[in-house]
Amino acid sequence: MIKKPTRDGYGEALLILGESNPDVVVLDADLAMSTRTNWFRDKYPERFFDIGIAEQDMLGTAAGLAMGGKIPFATTYGVFIAGRAWDQIRTTICYANLNVKIGGMHGGISVGADGATHQALEEIALMRVIPNMKMIVPCDAIEGRKATLAAAEIPGPVYLRFAREATPIFTKEEDEWQFGKANLLRAGTDVTIIGCGPILYEALLAADQMAQEGISCRVLNMHTIKPIDTEAIVAAAEETGAIVTVEEHQVNAGLGGAVAEVLVKNKPVPVEMVGIMDTFGESGNPDELAIKYGLTHRDIMTAVRRVLNRK
Amino acid sequence: MRADLQELKALCKEVRRDIVKMTAAAGSGHPGGSLSSVELLVGLYFAKMRHDPQRPDWADRDRFILSKGHVAPVLYSVLARAGYFPVEELLTLRKLGSRLQGHPSMLSLPGIDNSSGSLGQGLSQANGLALAARLNKQDYRVYCLLGDGELQEGQVWEAVMTAAHYKLSSVCAIVDYNNLQIDGPVEEVIGLHPLADKWQAFNWHVISIDGHDLEQVLAAYDEAENVKDKPSVIIAKTIKGKGVSFMENVAGWHGRAPNQEELAKALAELAN
Ligand SMILES: Cc1ncc(C[n+]2csc(CCOP(=O)(O)OP(=O)(O)O)c2C)c(N)n1
Ligand SMILES: [Mg+2]
Repeated sequence: MIKKPTRDGYGEALLILGESNPDVVVLDADLAMSTRTNWFRDKYPERFFDIGIAEQDMLGTAAGLAMGGKIPFATTYGVFIAGRAWDQIRTTICYANLNVKIGGMHGGISVGADGATHQALEEIALMRVIPNMKMIVPCDAIEGRKATLAAAEIPGPVYLRFAREATPIFTKEEDEWQFGKANLLRAGTDVTIIGCGPILYEALLAADQMAQEGISCRVLNMHTIKPIDTEAIVAAAEETGAIVTVEEHQVNAGLGGAVAEVLVKNKPVPVEMVGIMDTFGESGNPDELAIKYGLTHRDIMTAVRRVLNRK
Repeated sequence: MRADLQELKALCKEVRRDIVKMTAAAGSGHPGGSLSSVELLVGLYFAKMRHDPQRPDWADRDRFILSKGHVAPVLYSVLARAGYFPVEELLTLRKLGSRLQGHPSMLSLPGIDNSSGSLGQGLSQANGLALAARLNKQDYRVYCLLGDGELQEGQVWEAVMTAAHYKLSSVCAIVDYNNLQIDGPVEEVIGLHPLADKWQAFNWHVISIDGHDLEQVLAAYDEAENVKDKPSVIIAKTIKGKGVSFMENVAGWHGRAPNQEELAKALAELAN
């Protein structure tokens, strides 16, 4: 199993865009190595701007670059960009529907040893609530690259959420990928697991093990959080009758919340949510944290059994 | 070609009348900081900036980034008087369905270069525009109007450093130094003194003027344009509520509209 951080996909895509699109510019806030924007910086220094440790100014500067016809990718850790610069994203960028792309790194508790201050667990909630914002959570480095390339073509603001740790690559270059369209990772009839991000690999492990117990799990990769693929969610509810959501993020107002919103309006069925349960993280290694915070395939299997009992 | 000074002065009075009429008609809004910025904006739009009301999207136009979005009335009046939209529309300010939102929206009205209302964010945008111009090999200038109270926002100083670091000489910041914010005199809330020294220490070219003296205002814009190695800031000493005696230097007129009686009194004082 090849492993790679999803943020590598961002860095690779920026290099491709550097070549293919002269309007693409990249901004960072003193974390260029960690966010992989250093790859772009070293190749296209005249189109790279380090704004220093000043995230709010970085978002405003990106807004101005977009007003001037550029396609800026503003980049730093998720907590500092989606959190600290939220008003700048809301009022300066989204209200004016400016063509600013945001790369939010270190999403999730798997950031590990740095602890709660650096583990972004709220960006899905913070970003999807803003009008005009679009949001993608890639599940592996390949999808990270595809999503970043797509973002450059999508008009208006787009938030891309990436993770720090090297995680399994389980999609293929040739897989079709369309913004706003969930990808079917496993066909199934008894229950649907809807997830986003690298934790989807755990969902696949869970589906495989449930199959041995005779339970058929559909697995959907909901890489686009907004606009969410309502059709795929409703079809899953109609065809499998039960849903488990899976995310490395607060379930409240996260993917869990987003899926539940679609279901209550269209096709209410039992839902169980796997994710962070209204708590901060802490220091630890990613595997230990996944166990402690209930983010492993075993936790997903438990949730599947629970939701089937409610069917 | 530069409009004649007497005409500009008359225009300033006209704009002041618009401001009190608009806010009175709306029943709310921000007359104080609008009245203190009149000469600064009239000077820009009628004597300095390269712009064309017939082509609000002209790529090479000079930009005006309003950072203190609450003074939308003065900007709307100047844009209407310049010909961006009908003057009659001014009285729709803040009404349902109006293009004249309480704080400016660049998507709703021609001539508005940025959306604002949350203080402290404009100078960053001006910097981004200046960087884009540099990359695109365009020569437009970017003006950015800030309030003095607004300078308490940390992001402003982040942007002050960024502009100096990237030597954005096409950026001209303008501080409406009226020494009032909502809770009282700026020096009593969180003081800025010594303000010129602060900007200077951050590697900006500083020009201090009387912001109601049109000749000084125009000279300052020219001086700023001739500085080629750093950004410029014009610190314009002004009077909040300027032109309406009972509004001058009164913090309470920051964000309240005149009633009919007060409007009549204001218009009498502002008559030609
Ligand atoms: C981020 C933010 N905080 C608070 C406000 C509310 N507010 C509107 S105007 C104002 C005072 C502004 O004072 P100043 O910058 O001196 O403006 P002026 O005197 O020119 O009107 C405040 C606090 C706001 N619009 N944005
Ligand atoms: Mg003031």
